[in-house]
Amino acid sequence: MNKPFAITLDVGSSLANLTGSWRTSKPVYVDRIPPCNMTCPAGEDIQGWLYHAESGDYRAAWEHLMRENPLPAIMGRACYHTCESACNRGQLDTAVSIHAVERFLGDLAIKEGWLITDKAPPTGKKVLVIGAGPSGLSASYHLARLGHAVTLCDAGPLPGGMMRFGIPKYRLPREVLDAEIGRIVALGVELKLNTKIDDIPKAMKDGGYDACFAAVGAHLAKRVDIPAPDAARILDAVSVLRHMETGEEPPMLGRRVIVYGGGNTAMDVARTAKRLGAEAMVVYRRTREQMPAHDFEVREAEEEGVVMHWLRTVKQVDEASFTVEKMTIGADGWPQPTGEFETIEADTLVLALGQEVDTTVLSKIDGVKVTRDGTIQVDQGMMTGYPGLFAGGDMVPSDRTVTVAVGHGKKAARNIDSWLKGASFAPTPRHGLATFERLNPWYYTDAPKTVQPTLDILRRRTSFEEIHSGLDETNALFEARRCLSCGNCFECDNCFGVCPDNAVIKLGPGKRFDFNYDFCKGCGICAAECPCGAIDMVPEEK
Amino acid sequence: MPNETVQPIKFYQTGTLTVGNRLLDPEKRTVQASGERTNAITSGHRACQGCGEALGARYALDAAMRATGNRVVAVNATGCLEVFTTPYPETAWQLPWLHSLFGNAAAVASGVAAAMRAKGRPEVRVIAQGGDGGTTDIGFGCLSGMFERNDDVLYICYDNEAYMNTGVQRSSATPPAARTATTPAVGDKPGNVFGTGKNLPLIAMAHGIPYVATASVADLRDLEAKVQKAMTIRGARYIHVFVPCPLGWGSASQDTIKLARLAIESGLFPVFEAEYGEVVRSRAIRRKVPVEDYLKPQRRFAHLFKAGKPDVDRIARLQAVADANIKRFNLLRPDGDA
Ligand SMILES: Cc1ncc(C[n+]2csc(CCOP(=O)(O)OP(=O)(O)O)c2C)c(N)n1
Ligand code: SF4
Ligand SMILES: [Mg+2]
Repeated sequence: MNKPFAITLDVGSSLANLTGSWRTSKPVYVDRIPPCNMTCPAGEDIQGWLYHAESGDYRAAWEHLMRENPLPAIMGRACYHTCESACNRGQLDTAVSIHAVERFLGDLAIKEGWLITDKAPPTGKKVLVIGAGPSGLSASYHLARLGHAVTLCDAGPLPGGMMRFGIPKYRLPREVLDAEIGRIVALGVELKLNTKIDDIPKAMKDGGYDACFAAVGAHLAKRVDIPAPDAARILDAVSVLRHMETGEEPPMLGRRVIVYGGGNTAMDVARTAKRLGAEAMVVYRRTREQMPAHDFEVREAEEEGVVMHWLRTVKQVDEASFTVEKMTIGADGWPQPTGEFETIEADTLVLALGQEVDTTVLSKIDGVKVTRDGTIQVDQGMMTGYPGLFAGGDMVPSDRTVTVAVGHGKKAARNIDSWLKGASFAPTPRHGLATFERLNPWYYTDAPKTVQPTLDILRRRTSFEEIHSGLDETNALFEARRCLSCGNCFECDNCFGVCPDNAVIKLGPGKRFDFNYDFCKGCGICAAECPCGAIDMVPEEK
Repeated sequence: MPNETVQPIKFYQTGTLTVGNRLLDPEKRTVQASGERTNAITSGHRACQGCGEALGARYALDAAMRATGNRVVAVNATGCLEVFTTPYPETAWQLPWLHSLFGNAAAVASGVAAAMRAKGRPEVRVIAQGGDGGTTDIGFGCLSGMFERNDDVLYICYDNEAYMNTGVQRSSATPPAARTATTPAVGDKPGNVFGTGKNLPLIAMAHGIPYVATASVADLRDLEAKVQKAMTIRGARYIHVFVPCPLGWGSASQDTIKLARLAIESGLFPVFEAEYGEVVRSRAIRRKVPVEDYLKPQRRFAHLFKAGKPDVDRIARLQAVADANIKRFNLLRPDGDA
């Protein structure tokens, strides 16, 4: 025995001692759904594409985004970004400016001419899409990527629907709109303009379509009866905005315009009137707080010089003056007339009281049901009562935003795809929410949100130039990196570093980590120190 | 006293605060973030769940191994770190490692350094390490001699504030009011008495040695930077690492790093660096917390928070200790809020 004095055993390694047997609970990696993704009406994987943008791989970020939404440059401008109100970073300093990064990616893709090329092999199925608004465009895009032959018809002279005829240029430049629509067409979608379809079942049969998605929107303006002489000029918001796009001359609005209503469309018209040189006023029967328009729209309108008259109803229209009645909010929260009247000098009234769906074409189809509020009834999978006919966007019960419409288009496309294959579409089950409480905010450094430059106020009042400009690369990268990656591992190596037992295995870039349960004692430090809450401690079975 | 030891990377997703960061250049990443780190203490050691000492020692020695190209020998005092890594005949150590007695680690290390010099291998560096008991009490004479002779040794003390290995007895590093087996929570002044104990980093500084630093398992980058720096210096060096002990402190095993962080953020454990007896840098508090935040999760301080009658006076005295540290080491300043 060749050993020193008093040594009888060979040197052994502690690796022989499987300390994992001490464990009473074990760590497991989880993916939770971040609040931004949870609220996104278009179902974007926001955290997922920000992850790529953080490393400067904008192409990968854009492609990831495009899996769910074909219109990032539009969406980055026109979406009301509910994601940002839900963003956990808002509880730390300010929410990630998700829309600004989305827009940066969208603009970059247009500038670089990026195209989507990966498409499923042709299925041999044909789908008719009616309405080239956000919903129809989104459905066409997803159906085309799924390998179906798509024909997209629109009754109007130009594609885009409310994105063109509802959202003013200063919020959405037309080059951007055209570029993103062009990319969908480039995917092989056949676009037929000035094509109104009055008999859908017949059109499907004649054209040999296997399914149809209808999304013609809601563009019948609601009206009210207001006593007025014949000569009084009363217009509706939808036609004013539409005229801006199609007319040779801008609409005749006169010198002083009253816009009646308190929604986003009312703001759009008032701001448009202001830009056309008119004096613009908004009359709304309730208070500012009760306005359905988004706060920032009202604020921007006010900054641009739009005058607001809250708690007023229009009672009588004369050629150069309007009579309005003061209102008060009753105990039930509804406006009550006070019997007090005022006169406002104005020469044009624009009604912005909301829009209704033209159901004449659909309601006459067998099995299609119209709901009590005049929209088309669809099932979970967006299908109407007529087999193979799906509907979405503003014409079905919804929040009526561009993003909701885009989401409908995607959802319908995926359901149509399953229906055409004789299956039913089963969305992947959602993970639990990545709440703020699950984060360890210590690890995130302070970094307030980058402010998007706003066009100076004088130019905003007089021109139709876009009022918000985009982020440059540095800003976009900075902004993307503010993302906390809520509930999804971003490979910060914390678990790998903090384990006193070296029981975390690093799998390499992009591959995340694994636990070595032979040695993990279940102390839970990794879970406690995970910045983004992507580790759960699960009790071991007895 | 700016925070120079820490890399000035701002506005990344997590700044410099996580162990790794996939957005950083590889050479700027921590040793612990690397899949190739040496794991000076390998798995299978018998430290308790959530042991701060096992973690701190791996952090420090991996950094030292990286800094020296693995040419480093460790000499260990008796204590948990020695016991849980080397139950005969097993070892968890992945570097040449020696253990002699409880109180003589500094002297043995001085001897190893002399031997290396004699053998013409001065590139082999020597680290001595021990717990707070082995350092501030029984090993103090040997350590002071090592400092005085300016022997070429880096001494690292892993401070868990008591003699943990033998069942949580008080050491001269045990904080006031803490309950230990020898300072029980009984009588009208439960726990350790106020006004006793030693501050070893300050005593080390008084020897005028080239480098003294404090560090914590809650700030890995800072700890690695300090070990790395210490390895560039010849002569006697001292690093005092704060390592929570779930068993001895009566804290939850997952709270080890959190408690270390709260000790820093409350001001109770000042993190600083000194050269030749002068403080040259300190780590600013980032999110200041009252001492209660740190004390409450630990059962050794539970007697301060008895339901219905918290020990307001002695909590205030502990707060005064923190406030004095904040003042002395200038811990509250604008660069802390990053
Ligand atoms: C001379 C001598 N006295 C007492 C002991 C018993 N003993 C072994 S470890 C230890 C406590 C160590 O405490 P510390 O140095 O703080 O290290 P920790 O275990 O807390 O890490 C004691 C008292 C001993 N081994 N040798
Ligand atoms: S921080 Fe990132 S992942 Fe979390 S909610 Fe905001 S954008 Fe989404
Ligand atoms: Mg100790």
